[in-house]
Amino acid sequence: MSITYLEAIREAQARALADDPRVFIYGQDVGDFGGAFKATKNLAQGFPGRVLDAPISEDAIIGAAVGAAIEGMRPIIEMQFADFSTVGFNQIVNQAATLFWRTRVPCPITIRLPSGGTTGGGPFHSQCLEAIYAHYPGLVVMTPATVEDAYSMLLEAVAIDDPVIFCEHKYLYYHLKAEKLPTEALPTGKARIARHGRDMTIVAYSAMVHEALAVAEELATEAIEVEVVDLRTIKPLDTDTVMASVARTGRLLCVGESWPWGGVTSEVIARVATEGFGLLDAPPQRLNAKDTPVPYHPSLWAAHRPTARSIAAAARNLIRL
Amino acid sequence: MLLARILDEKFATLYRGGKIFGGVFLGRGQEALSASVGVSLRQGDIFAPLIRDAAGRLAFGETVLDAVRTYLGSPLGPMRARDGNVHRGKPKEGLLAMISHLGAMISVVNGMLMARRFNGVVDTVGAACIGEGATSTGAVHEALNQASVERLPLVLVVANNQYAYSTSTDRQFACESLVERAVGYGVEGRSVDGTDLEACLAVLGEATQRARDGYGPQLVVADLLRLCGHGEHDDASYIDPRLRQSAMGRDCLDVAREQLLDRRWADEKDFESWRSEAVAKVEEAVSKVQREGGPDPYKEDWNALSSKHLNDGHNAL
Repeated sequence: MSITYLEAIREAQARALADDPRVFIYGQDVGDFGGAFKATKNLAQGFPGRVLDAPISEDAIIGAAVGAAIEGMRPIIEMQFADFSTVGFNQIVNQAATLFWRTRVPCPITIRLPSGGTTGGGPFHSQCLEAIYAHYPGLVVMTPATVEDAYSMLLEAVAIDDPVIFCEHKYLYYHLKAEKLPTEALPTGKARIARHGRDMTIVAYSAMVHEALAVAEELATEAIEVEVVDLRTIKPLDTDTVMASVARTGRLLCVGESWPWGGVTSEVIARVATEGFGLLDAPPQRLNAKDTPVPYHPSLWAAHRPTARSIAAAARNLIRL
Repeated sequence: MLLARILDEKFATLYRGGKIFGGVFLGRGQEALSASVGVSLRQGDIFAPLIRDAAGRLAFGETVLDAVRTYLGSPLGPMRARDGNVHRGKPKEGLLAMISHLGAMISVVNGMLMARRFNGVVDTVGAACIGEGATSTGAVHEALNQASVERLPLVLVVANNQYAYSTSTDRQFACESLVERAVGYGVEGRSVDGTDLEACLAVLGEATQRARDGYGPQLVVADLLRLCGHGEHDDASYIDPRLRQSAMGRDCLDVAREQLLDRRWADEKDFESWRSEAVAKVEEAVSKVQREGGPDPYKEDWNALSSKHLNDGHNAL
């Protein structure tokens, strides 16, 4: 038996619904249709009345989730594409993220953002918005890179008493498979060493972890041993694990699929440079998507975001510095 | 109504004396409508007020002390000095603490009502109040449509006080009356003279009952005039003097007083004693809160998450 990243997300939601009567799912096309990506396939049938189609109203969808959370429910919200969450942005960052701090009433909502590029997605179906949500206080931002994490972190997201932005990567939906669902997981907020190496650290998250692992494989044939850190959650950011890795390797390359200005890669580098400057044998490097909207054509798209090829080039450059 | 007016006047005085951080927003001229919303709700209902709803809040059960503590920034208030003035509430008691993007509160009420339906609670209603300005926002459209699709017991009250800050209604919407929109959303709509307490009580009572009885969302549009600035920093010089002199410009408190006298439900002595009772209550609360002092930044935990172990807090001072 094998299970895909997408199936893991569906299974996690099925288990959350089965285990906790406070859980319900609300979003566009999530009901009988089973979701645009089939992440809620058969859930409406399996859990009658608890998987609800919403009108195309991202603002009202998130607002209603906050209201339900105030009443003690644990809604899971599917934004059909991460790109569309900007229509509900105000409710996420001003309503959900401020509720606990202002009123002491926790806001346990999970907002699933199908993120990242797929071939032909174009400017409005390909965005990675984790950085903009991480910027706001009051949100937890998860970016699972593996089937196991997609499953266990989504369950954890539902269990957490705070709003969680769950950035699931669409490119991994069908590409990534595991033998079985996990029975245990690292705690939320802990990064994972995805591969050990002594020559440099590549910090990545979400789909970029797999590009980084491919690079590590390739550079190993050139006698360069790359350590890959999978951040898992970008907020909170596990600075300790990153710092410990840099202490071992002395070199740091951060890779993110989102845009370069601000964001996860700059945050990681800022933390390492300010607190671990003495650990570095070379200037820390980073690689992001280009500072344009995400292009439609596959050949433009492949050049827009970091790939194993561009990451390998950056890594070879870093080893010479 | 009277207590709200006196409380508001005290806040205005404190503002002029430099005793309040930030703005002060009064309900002058809107108390009849506001109080009618508050008294139409029962314990267990939900209330998302607008910024001029001191009367409705008091009728719903908010204490004068909570209002004063929030305006004066007492750490003992419901917002613990983290938020101020009209941004106060106790969500677990059904009183929502508004964010500034007021239209965004309606869908929160919807979600609370949806949760109650999940849990088999069907006899409570939720009221959300907005001004005519908020009706131009997408959030209001989304939320009213959502409430209608879900057939929720929502009462949406629009206080059309003719000006959204300085913008008059002819620059805000182009339909004859906002109540016309009810049919487009598939909800019941009612208009009311917002200066007339008896009329407001009747219309809000009816709308709230209809919602409670399962007839879906109710839209109530009240016409009235704001008899003050947007906030106390604003002299409202833009308000058309003809509106002030029209029936819409009459003070709802005077109208209510006449109604009570006409029906002989109260006499001048009653008004006098109500007034002195209200003044004493407000003064007592203010002097108590003024002795409480402000928040201590060193005792603040600076954690935005309830899950303390998940706070990032890196580089925070």
